Amino acid sequence: MRMLPVLSRLAWRYLWRNHRRTIIMVGAIAVGAWAMIFMTALTRGMVDQMIRDGISVLPGHVQAHNPEFLDDPSVSNRIAMGDEELAGKFDAMDFRAWASRVRVPAVITSERESRGVTLLGVDPEAEEEFSFVSYEDVEGRFLETPDDKGVVIGRKLADKLDTEVGKRIVIMSQDPDNEIADRGFRVVGLFKANMAAFEESYVFVGKKTAQKMLRIGDTTTEIVFVGDDYRNVDPTYQRVSEAVAGKLKVSRWYEVDTYLGTMMKVMDGFVLIWVIVIFLALSFGLVNTLVMAVFERIREIGLMLALGMKPSSILGQIIIESMFLLAIGLGLGDILAFASVKPLESGIDISVVAEGMEMWGASSMLYPKLYWSDMVLANVVVLILGFLASLSPAWRASRYEPVEAITKVG
Amino acid sequence: MNIVLRLAWRNIWRQRRRTWLTTGAMVFSNTLLVFMISLQFGMYGLMIDNTLKVFSGHMQIQVPGYKDDQKIRQAVPNVVPLASGLRQQFRTDTIAARGWAFGLASSAERSYGIGIFGVEPTFEPEVSSIPGLIKEGRYLEDSDATDIVIGSVLARNLRVGIGDELTLLGSGRDGSFAAAVVNVVGIFESGVVDIDRNIAQLPLGLFQEVFYMEGAGHQVVINAANLDEATLLEPQIIEALPAGEDLVVHDWDALQPGLKQAIQADMSSAFFMYGILVILVAFSVLNTQLMSVLERTHEFGIVMSLGLKPGRLGRLVMLETAMMGMLGLILGAIAGALFTSWFMVNGLSIPGMEEMSAKFNLPPRVYPQVNIWSTLIGPVVVFLFTLLAAVYPALRLHRLHPVEAMRAN
Repeated sequence: MRMLPVLSRLAWRYLWRNHRRTIIMVGAIAVGAWAMIFMTALTRGMVDQMIRDGISVLPGHVQAHNPEFLDDPSVSNRIAMGDEELAGKFDAMDFRAWASRVRVPAVITSERESRGVTLLGVDPEAEEEFSFVSYEDVEGRFLETPDDKGVVIGRKLADKLDTEVGKRIVIMSQDPDNEIADRGFRVVGLFKANMAAFEESYVFVGKKTAQKMLRIGDTTTEIVFVGDDYRNVDPTYQRVSEAVAGKLKVSRWYEVDTYLGTMMKVMDGFVLIWVIVIFLALSFGLVNTLVMAVFERIREIGLMLALGMKPSSILGQIIIESMFLLAIGLGLGDILAFASVKPLESGIDISVVAEGMEMWGASSMLYPKLYWSDMVLANVVVLILGFLASLSPAWRASRYEPVEAITKVG
Repeated sequence: MNIVLRLAWRNIWRQRRRTWLTTGAMVFSNTLLVFMISLQFGMYGLMIDNTLKVFSGHMQIQVPGYKDDQKIRQAVPNVVPLASGLRQQFRTDTIAARGWAFGLASSAERSYGIGIFGVEPTFEPEVSSIPGLIKEGRYLEDSDATDIVIGSVLARNLRVGIGDELTLLGSGRDGSFAAAVVNVVGIFESGVVDIDRNIAQLPLGLFQEVFYMEGAGHQVVINAANLDEATLLEPQIIEALPAGEDLVVHDWDALQPGLKQAIQADMSSAFFMYGILVILVAFSVLNTQLMSVLERTHEFGIVMSLGLKPGRLGRLVMLETAMMGMLGLILGAIAGALFTSWFMVNGLSIPGMEEMSAKFNLPPRVYPQVNIWSTLIGPVVVFLFTLLAAVYPALRLHRLHPVEAMRAN
């Protein structure tokens, strides 16, 4: 350990003895590191956006339903507790946001066309924070109160139904006795959404209006809770589970939308695999460089050993050389990645493949996202694997027989 | 063997370990490229086939505007004679007429809004995979019977089984009220929840009667043997359309715009990754060849003073690189093909990916497709970049001065 400063200085100087080779290797490592981080930032951004969009439609991080509801989404499988009872339970619990809502399949009919939709009876005030519809960005207006008599539909659905703000449509669903429940509404607003499919399949009406139409008193079919972070929903899940005490089925968002949950898991695996693949491609060059660096100075190494330098110091010196190479390359790569991701964070427009991205469940703007944890992961993995890769050439160098090495004709 | 070839071959083996490490980088990248490209194209093929097989077919005849709005009055008149005329003209069974409407299906206990297809029972099995997925009961037979087949999730949600009655409510072509009582004769299961929950099929004759179609339908579905033949068939179909009618032919890309784009989006990110791999290999080669030129400065000085032109030496260096690259190409292609073939036989399943696969109509186990093209494309690109990387070391030779070079080392 006392040798460390000397060895480091020696390693540094050796590195620049053949500056071309060092520069090429540093370049390769920098490109590799940049690619690791840049690609990770792009996919992270995509998956994050997918999950955020997905959660905003679900919505919420944790949901509670009647245990039968998810497989058979009918009002007969509604939540037995009324709104007052729910408010008494959850208002005091201080969630970031929560809301109970009516969510049932329905048929919407204009004078000319009918379509199947998901009818959402919502309390506009309670849902403003987490709704996937931005209330300001509605043509016409959004619902104002839970007993609003109007309906807000997506722009795309309005096209298909041949209807517009101010016109009347009829919504049909089922009441708890399996009788058809229908009601006429005036279209008061058309909303925009990130994804065309949302605009086609969701229809908003006031919660109280929906309850009256479906003849379900003050009950609802779904309760949604928003916690602080979608990556850590367990605290919210625990508190909700305790509060409903087994009477309702409580699910985390990734249990409701298993595709999104899979995407999040796959993403974490992808980052690691990508980093390792790039490293393996780099490792051949790295080992090559070290082997060459040792080979050219066999005589010097022999001389040092003959003068009494310990083999372990030779080993250390080669490893330090390799670490220097990696550190410079990684540093440059990190800076490059940071510099190239930052200006793109405001979003890349990929609407040319919008419908394709929608198949993946992603929207047409890509917001790359640089996570410190991904950057640290890439750097640490490269340093550790780099250390392992340099062990063999370094070990070989330290095992030379001094006399043989000195007399070797380089 | 030619003397230059022999010289080059010997030169690359002067530093065995370095050559093997550089070749190793190529073999590694090539193996990975062969595997990834085979897997990718295998998956794209499946995605396209499986998606088109469900409903859309290779192309469809519709009226302009129907594709985007799907309104019931955007109908193709006399759709059954049109389809049978085309079947005769092209001597094929893989053409079928369809109608589509939205309606409310009610059982005694539940009502759900669903998409109702009117199909030709005889020809629908030729253009769609749904008839083959009947899990219970039978597929439609008679074109006017009051029969219906529905998806398995829908059957569960409506709580009906074979033999039960369903009431259909909707609006007809003229905007009037349309209603019918039908018998469930079959239940299909595709495994895709959206399809199994939202689709029902009626015989086309009944469909036309219930929705007041007056002989009209909404689409004529046309299947070809494969995508290439579909491309050839399209202009012939356009020509065969009856004159004076306002009809268009949409190919699969227009019918499923998301599909090609999903593939493009996936391809561009895959190509970024491949590009990085290739560049890293190129760096490795650049490093090796630059070293091999620099360490031979003395030697090159001697042969140059004996009259050898730098251009010739440059070609020698390129030849050495080409040999090394060729070695990497051959070994990499073989390793890649062997590695991939194992998965081609045994299949590849990634745990936890079932949801993703289902979303793209992929089976849970995919079989990468090895062929000449997928085996060679990656390695050849790596080879070309390898040559490119050697250009700088080769050009450096022109700056070499014989006398100074001989003094080196």
